[in-house]
Amino acid sequence: MNRLSWFNAVSLTLGFAFLYIPMIILVTYSFNESKLVTVWAGFSTKWYGELMGNEAFLSAAWTTLKVAVASSTMATVLGTMAAYILVRAGRFPGRTLFSGMIYAPLVMPEVITGLSLLLLFIGVGLDRGVTTIVLAHTTFTMCYVSVVVSSRLATFDQSLEEAALDLGCSRAEAFRLVTLPIIAPAVISGWLLAFTLSLDDLVIASFTTGPSATTLPIKIFSAVRLGVSPEINALSTIMIGIVTVGVITASLITKQNMVRQRRDEQAAARTQ
Amino acid sequence: MAVKVFAPWDNPDEKPLIRFENVTKKFGDFVAIDNLTLDIFEREFFALLGPSGCGKTTMMRLLAGFEAPTSGKIELGGQNIVPVPPNKRAVNMMFQSYALFPHLTVWENIAFGLKREGMEKDKLNARVEQMLKLTRLERFAKRKPHQISGGQRQRVALARSLAKAPKLLLLDEPLGALDKKLREATQFELMDIQEKTGTTFVIVTHDQEEAMTVASRVAVMDEGQIIQVATPDRIYETPNSVYVADFIGDVNIVEGKAAPLEENQVRIDWAEGQPPLVCTATQPFDPGQTCYLAIRPEKVMITAERPEGADNAVQGKIHDIAYLGNISTYHVQLSNGTIIKAQSANTRRIARRSFTWEDPVWLSWTATAGVLLAR
Ligand SMILES: Nc1ncnc2c1ncn2[C@@H]1O[C@H](COP(=O)(O)OP(=O)(O)O)[C@@H](O)[C@H]1O
Ligand SMILES: [Mg+2]
Repeated sequence: MNRLSWFNAVSLTLGFAFLYIPMIILVTYSFNESKLVTVWAGFSTKWYGELMGNEAFLSAAWTTLKVAVASSTMATVLGTMAAYILVRAGRFPGRTLFSGMIYAPLVMPEVITGLSLLLLFIGVGLDRGVTTIVLAHTTFTMCYVSVVVSSRLATFDQSLEEAALDLGCSRAEAFRLVTLPIIAPAVISGWLLAFTLSLDDLVIASFTTGPSATTLPIKIFSAVRLGVSPEINALSTIMIGIVTVGVITASLITKQNMVRQRRDEQAAARTQ
Repeated sequence: MAVKVFAPWDNPDEKPLIRFENVTKKFGDFVAIDNLTLDIFEREFFALLGPSGCGKTTMMRLLAGFEAPTSGKIELGGQNIVPVPPNKRAVNMMFQSYALFPHLTVWENIAFGLKREGMEKDKLNARVEQMLKLTRLERFAKRKPHQISGGQRQRVALARSLAKAPKLLLLDEPLGALDKKLREATQFELMDIQEKTGTTFVIVTHDQEEAMTVASRVAVMDEGQIIQVATPDRIYETPNSVYVADFIGDVNIVEGKAAPLEENQVRIDWAEGQPPLVCTATQPFDPGQTCYLAIRPEKVMITAERPEGADNAVQGKIHDIAYLGNISTYHVQLSNGTIIKAQSANTRRIARRSFTWEDPVWLSWTATAGVLLAR
């Protein structure tokens, strides 16, 4: 019944090949003994060792991590606030315009976002460096957070907040004690999304960075222009590893929550 | 032994707990509450009854403070509460959807309002235990809302709204989600709790039986207006309009032209070839005025022979019989096509029932059995 037809099997194989062959090549060659990227000369982990001794890469990695944590945290706060107000405030004049304006950066070409931010930073005389990258990343990841959070808030039962007010909470307490704990999973996945976006952003970071700050994507990109080295393959493999572990963990948590909830509900139905 | 009847609404010196004074609430152009004036007294179990969309929830939300009236004044204990935000009102609400906090246990849900109040720990624990006991939820204190049944959730919602001992408890269709048996049991539980705590309850329902069972007074609403406020028995026995008569229970409505006789008696000419009807009116009617005789099926006698000396008697044949176990409702078709329902108790076994389909029968009732209405 459920056997794959040959057509489905072929499409599936092609699709997966398209998605994963480049990555498989990259991962494989990161374990290559030879310095030449295209020639296989036996298995080795020596490039990982060399990577650990490469000061430039390590400091770029550290910068990237700082930028990603700072910008995704700020983006989460701002994006959650924006989503909350757009979903909760009901209809006010200009609501459509506002929500459109929040989502516009989603489709804005990165080059333009980067350029406009660069002009702004020059205009206000801000020294380019870690601070400017953090600000820029906050700007462009905020709308992603706000999309994730507002889709959760759209199904959030508003009477829960009213119940909190009714029981003596101020609006701020109602948000902190009731709304936030309930929408927390969406806020966390918004943060994770912003974090990964910031982690691998090249375009906007290159526009807004200065000589004092180099992020990992910038470092890799400039290194590759001098030739692909197995060291970079090793670095990229580590990044793939981190992202994979993160994504799998997040989806496992979500799934476990769902399973537990369903089991509880079935148990509740039996005790009716 | 003199029993003191609870009827503060009949006492002109009694101060109401809640007073709506010409309250209007508009949503844009739509008038949800239309110039409404109403008093509700302390310790009342007041029911708002009406079809869906007539403004019942809006009334509750005005009382709880989630909506502000477009015009008019709402007083609680003599104080204008319109400017008071919901978290500062001595009013609690049990939501139609229960609105239990899913991330908190039953215990924490009930304690939520008390914690906001800053109640000290020992007192708080004692109060929560008391509420759990009152609603028989002790065993479920540590569960989350999704781990208990619908009936238990509803009791948690009740316990949570009662915990702060509000002056006024608002219940918005609290029993809507329960099946009939559980609903009836809970109605009695609610009445019991209301009596024990002495809280004033305002309950919203669209179930007339529920309103009649629990309430000290019932307000029948339609399109943002209150059509009648009275005790359940008066609403049933002396409705002030066809709308109310029709909304509460089963009723026959006969439309006709009034012809006043002496001593409040009114003759009703209502159909060609049918004898006029006679009714004792409680309000004056002009000759020729359109009037409606509302008569409950259980007040209509059904007999095989023409009854002697009946004020009103009409002849027809049985069109349909609804057997409801303890009672049967006969739908009798008159010669002009009108159907009149008559109800009688089934004191005999069904096999020996006296009437069956197509049987010619007489329907009769006294002049005081029905209510004559102008609208
Ligand atoms: N926030 C709102 N905005 C616009 N119309 C509303 C709003 N709340 C209620 N209404 C309208 O007011 C009327 C009364 O609603 P409601 O009080 O909820 O009725 P119900 O008696 O069924 O509880 C309905 O027609 C509803 O559509
Ligand atoms: Mg309602």
